[in-house]
Amino acid sequence: MTSSHSAEHVVEIDDLSFTYDVRPVLRGVDMRIPRGRVIAIMGQSGCGKTTLLRIIGGMLAPTGGKARVLGETVHELGRDGLYALRRRMGMLYQFGALFTDLSVYSNVQFPLTEHTKLPSDLVHDLVLLKLEAVGLRGASHLMPSELSGGMARRVALARAIALDPELIMYDEPFAGLDPISLGVVARLIRRLNDSLGATSIIVTHDVEETLPIVDYVYFMADGRVVSQGTVEEVRRSREAFVHQFVHGEPDGPVPFHYPAPGYLEDLGFAARVGAELGA
Amino acid sequence: MKPYAERFAPPFRQLGQLVTSRVRRLGYAARFFAYMLVHSGTALRRFHLTIREIYFAGVLSLIIILVSGLFVGMVLGLQGYETLQRYWASESLGVLVALSLVRELGPVIAGLLFASRAGSAITAEIGLMKATEQISAMEMMAVDPVARVVAPRFWGGVISMPLLAALFSGMGIFGGYLVGVQLIGVDEGAFWSQMQAAVDVRSDIQNGVIKSFVFGVAVSWIAVFEGFDAPPTAEGVSRATTRTVVTSSLAILALDFVLTALMFTGGNAS
Repeated sequence: MTSSHSAEHVVEIDDLSFTYDVRPVLRGVDMRIPRGRVIAIMGQSGCGKTTLLRIIGGMLAPTGGKARVLGETVHELGRDGLYALRRRMGMLYQFGALFTDLSVYSNVQFPLTEHTKLPSDLVHDLVLLKLEAVGLRGASHLMPSELSGGMARRVALARAIALDPELIMYDEPFAGLDPISLGVVARLIRRLNDSLGATSIIVTHDVEETLPIVDYVYFMADGRVVSQGTVEEVRRSREAFVHQFVHGEPDGPVPFHYPAPGYLEDLGFAARVGAELGA
Repeated sequence: MKPYAERFAPPFRQLGQLVTSRVRRLGYAARFFAYMLVHSGTALRRFHLTIREIYFAGVLSLIIILVSGLFVGMVLGLQGYETLQRYWASESLGVLVALSLVRELGPVIAGLLFASRAGSAITAEIGLMKATEQISAMEMMAVDPVARVVAPRFWGGVISMPLLAALFSGMGIFGGYLVGVQLIGVDEGAFWSQMQAAVDVRSDIQNGVIKSFVFGVAVSWIAVFEGFDAPPTAEGVSRATTRTVVTSSLAILALDFVLTALMFTGGNAS
């Protein structure tokens, strides 16, 4: 995993940092995402994993370091170069981000009509093929408002793979899903990655559904990669943070309590005791 | 006691920050406008995108425009007759109604109604697309949201506005005719013939069309910019929508003064 040969790695991140105003979000992140694999980036909310995904997609520019994606340094690309690179990527957003004024069919059709000049009957076949892949060919006429959360996520997945991307990114793909939808989406992610020969990055904090479908896991905390390993290594890990995260323990290296002054002090006991002693 | 500089500096600092932030935002809006114009190719090449927006901004505003136009014209008929009859000039009612509508009330009131009805809807729609990550998703699909979402809405508004103002004026003249001729009994021939003789195509109608076009550009620009710049939260979208209506209304009234001063002064008025 640590080799840095470009042809083997779809994403190479070196000493990446990002600061929002004055608040550091990422601090010296290094990562290698090999071709054909499904990689999870896990960590608490606010640890910087979504920011990292946005930098890989060229939505944000890093304040330091480098992110190379499919052989290109993302933040050095101009508008045309960035758009050419994005055509080789797909992204699934947390709540699908379907276009609410377009039907399921038109949502999946959108990238095909925007980027190709294929005949309309071929586009039609491709849309149905993608919808069939996510099991929603029968829902092609529905509007996004008529879909359940899980269905919307699957339609968004069909849209994300419409142009057969080399890299698919998932931003919290399991958030807010019922257990059945969750299992369906998880299996789809793995199956589509393998059948398309793509590479997938899943940003999530859902341990139980993610570990069975990924090949490698990065753990992030406070803007840094704090641990990494294969699924087996992660499950066996005795590192305190990984253990707490994987087993969902409420207290550990990540404390239950937000930093605060002493409880008694906040309640005013210290002052009262002081006053009584003085009296 | 604090030294004078320390006491009086904060209000001046706040004022300075307010002014610089407004100037910066205006600069950003100007750059956004230039970028949108440069990337308007998609909206014009794939004109069905713009036609769809003409439907939403223009056709769906027809009811409010036509009804308002009718009532404004009827009020003009009543008020105009009341004033003109004192000078034995009630036959000039048609001229008064037509010139008031074509030169001023048509573009201005239609512009204000357009800002409230269509401008606010454009801002809310783009703002919500941003809040629900649709804009972001489009960018990740290598589709420029300014070219695909913003520019068609801008051009849809620019094209709709003069048409709506013309319909407003037409409906207003009809309202003035109903009240003046049908209700009060002003001579129908005098009503139409004096109007025909006094209203000039270039100095009145053309200037009215120019005004409504300028208002259309201003309102559509403000609406798309506020939507695109809105913070992606419910509160952010709501504030942006309010700002669109307030800023557009003030811009229309200010631009109306400037345009009127340029068009109808120096003996140009007829």
